[in-house]
Amino acid sequence: MGFFSKSIDRLKTALKKTAEVLNTDVRTLFVPGRQIDDAFLDEIEEKFIRADMGVKNVQIIIGAIRDRWRLGKIRNADEAKDVVKEIMLRDWPAEEREIRFNPNGPTVIMVAGVNGAGKTTSIAKLANLLKNRAGKSVMVAAGDTFRAAAVEQLTIWSERLGVEIVKHKQGGDPAAVAYDACEAAKARGIDVVIVDTAGRLHTQQHLMRELQKIREVISKRIDGAPHEVILVLDATTGQNAVNQAKNFMQCVQVTGLMLAKLDGTAKGGVILSIKDELNIPVKFIGLGETPEDIETFDPQRFVDALFGDETA
Amino acid sequence: MFDTLTDKFSSVFRNLSGKGRISEENIRESMREVRVALLEADVNLKVVNDFCEQVVQKAVGQEVIKSLQPAQLMVKIVNDELVNLMGPVDTQIYTVTPGPTVIMMCGLQGSGKTTTCGKLALYLKAKGHNPMLAAVDLQRPAAVQQLRTLAEQTDVPIYADDTKVAPHGEVARGAAVSVARAAVNKARELGRDILILDTAGRLAIDQELMDELKDVNEAVKPHQIFLVLDSMTGQDAVNSAKAFNEKLELDGLILTKFDSDTRGGALLSAKMVTGKPVKFLGVGEKLDRLEEFRPEGVASRILGMGDIVGLVEAAHDKFDMEQQTKLAEKMEKGEFTLDDFMSQMGQIKKLGPMGKVLGMIPGMSELAKQANMNGEGVEGHMGRMQAIYNSMNRRERKKPDMVDAPRRRRIARGAGVEVNEVGQFLKQFDMSRSMMRAVGGMNMFSRMKMMKGLMSGDLGAIAQPGTNMLRTKRSGWQEPKDRNKKKKKR
Ligand SMILES: Nc1nc2c(ncn2[C@@H]2O[C@H](COP(=O)(O)OP(=O)(O)OP(=O)(O)O)[C@@H](O)[C@H]2O)c(=O)[nH]1
Ligand SMILES: [Mg+2]
Repeated sequence: MGFFSKSIDRLKTALKKTAEVLNTDVRTLFVPGRQIDDAFLDEIEEKFIRADMGVKNVQIIIGAIRDRWRLGKIRNADEAKDVVKEIMLRDWPAEEREIRFNPNGPTVIMVAGVNGAGKTTSIAKLANLLKNRAGKSVMVAAGDTFRAAAVEQLTIWSERLGVEIVKHKQGGDPAAVAYDACEAAKARGIDVVIVDTAGRLHTQQHLMRELQKIREVISKRIDGAPHEVILVLDATTGQNAVNQAKNFMQCVQVTGLMLAKLDGTAKGGVILSIKDELNIPVKFIGLGETPEDIETFDPQRFVDALFGDETA
Repeated sequence: MFDTLTDKFSSVFRNLSGKGRISEENIRESMREVRVALLEADVNLKVVNDFCEQVVQKAVGQEVIKSLQPAQLMVKIVNDELVNLMGPVDTQIYTVTPGPTVIMMCGLQGSGKTTTCGKLALYLKAKGHNPMLAAVDLQRPAAVQQLRTLAEQTDVPIYADDTKVAPHGEVARGAAVSVARAAVNKARELGRDILILDTAGRLAIDQELMDELKDVNEAVKPHQIFLVLDSMTGQDAVNSAKAFNEKLELDGLILTKFDSDTRGGALLSAKMVTGKPVKFLGVGEKLDRLEEFRPEGVASRILGMGDIVGLVEAAHDKFDMEQQTKLAEKMEKGEFTLDDFMSQMGQIKKLGPMGKVLGMIPGMSELAKQANMNGEGVEGHMGRMQAIYNSMNRRERKKPDMVDAPRRRRIARGAGVEVNEVGQFLKQFDMSRSMMRAVGGMNMFSRMKMMKGLMSGDLGAIAQPGTNMLRTKRSGWQEPKDRNKKKKKR
């Protein structure tokens, strides 16, 4: 599915906007010809920490540059950049980064995340993508029966996008909504069902169990479902995102991440730590508030965009 | 990790014994761990660096070098300094007469503004005010409806105008201003003394939406503007807080989702970069889960040390002091038995719902996590410990060291647990006992305080952030300092 050709440009634009406003662009670091010295290493530390890459990762990167520099293997910023890229690009899960479709019957995508991460908006984006760019028939399920007006919010999106919606009253049982959606999708021959869920902190055991229950119900209705469990992470989140990913992973076997709000000043560097610890592929990124603001994630492009390189 | 932080300081200083005196250099080195801890907690790098430098200066000034317990003194300086930075505490909501006092909430998307509006309304109501809400978020689908629901739940009037909601894909810049204006008039008309404006979430770099906020600001001149910030925010906290503050001149900060296991460095960063007080913490989804901010517990949380001080204070009220005294006497004699361990655990149970205690005292948060992984919660885990204890015979309880592998198996069977759990239980007891021995030499008062901290540190018990534990005074930590003074005199 080649629907993501523009992603690099958009991401770059977003990063550039950030750079202009806040002058924290990592690209300014690697000015061609600049020699490596302690000040350079300090600057790298600062910029990468500020990108939420986490102390551990930053120390690994700086350690690697320093080692090679001391051994005389590298001398200038450009060479350091290659080292950084190599480290940042290694060990990404090789898994398919696009959606795994169910060959026989409806594909179910369950969407989860902490409060306010961007789940519902991301669902609108996914629905838009699947309907308008992949030509699928899409149904959304209003599984957030808890938050005030969450059902209305998804309803508005479904109307704007012209996709079907299954919903119950606020306060209802989310598992029952998921159940009904699966049944309706089968009956009506819908291609993809996207199930919204209420935001919940990963530390709230009873709510995590509720999520498990929703998953179980889905898995019993349709073979191999849910085919995707997308965890939406807010790109502004710091190291806590690792905890979030861990707990959601453990609870509902997350199959992919969507990193929302990457159009802001946050860089989302924490996904590097998540990659190292959990090996969950980042599948999509969110770059704004409209249904069009979604792109697939590609590590090479992500890192290249950070450095301002053209992708071959 | 409170213990480990002390340990880390200790090990740096211990390595020096024999080699001579503690120097400024050593202190600097010992701060490396603190630096990493703070960065891991998402505190802004510059704030971290400044903070560490400040602590070093303080430490040198306070003669950690000569102190008999340099590690403890360091922990205290670090803790106090963090608490200082987060102060001065000012959770007052200032009002004007004649009303209405207009409060405007702003922040990034998804930070929790709307919910916080509802919480604030409820809080103000409880303080005897007559608040009113206004739906100025005309961007996010159903945001108006969300606030309306909250208004119903809190039984507070709301001003909302659905016709002003922005059409899909547009910004309702002028509309926000007119809704805000109309809301102020309405509040005046109804004689409400406080009006809370919920605004749309926006990125600090979104010029158009930031200008909208500025327009509203100029039109209704809110008396107080609060930035609502997700406490799980990373390094971006500084960027956003700074940008909002520059555009709007904030009056205070409200940190949400503090009931997560975030270390909460964003709080410190935002406070430092804006210089504005943290007013409240959001500590749950329910509308009454809003807490006035107190820095003490938060400091240890950011450090990953757990809210020991608060726990000690809270424990003070709830612990059976007679039992504590007895225990202290036993310790005097170097006795600390499994029975004492269990009774201590029973006491800690009284401190509150155990399942909610995750993540504040890391030493025990591990245990709590373990308990949670088993899907039984901390209460359940303690129940198992109790079962193990019940399954032991008298002699074994007296001399746990005698519990060998066959006995362990028998006990496990009797308690209906895995064999390794029996081992874990005994190990835990053993750890507590050695800590008890270690504190044997202190004066009674400080020992009791410390012991409570230790015990709870073992068991994973800590109040949920947001109970009164965060509100406690800092007196618990005056102790070590006094002790040092006394020792110096001698
Ligand atoms: N700038 C930007 N805003 C986003 C993005 N994704 C979501 N948002 C905004 O973030 C806010 C919260 O998004 P929701 O989709 O309601 O988040 P949620 O996770 O469903 O929230 P709850 O259901 O309340 O837990 C909304 O104002 C969205 O418009 C993104 O990629 N970029
Ligand atoms: Mg939602």
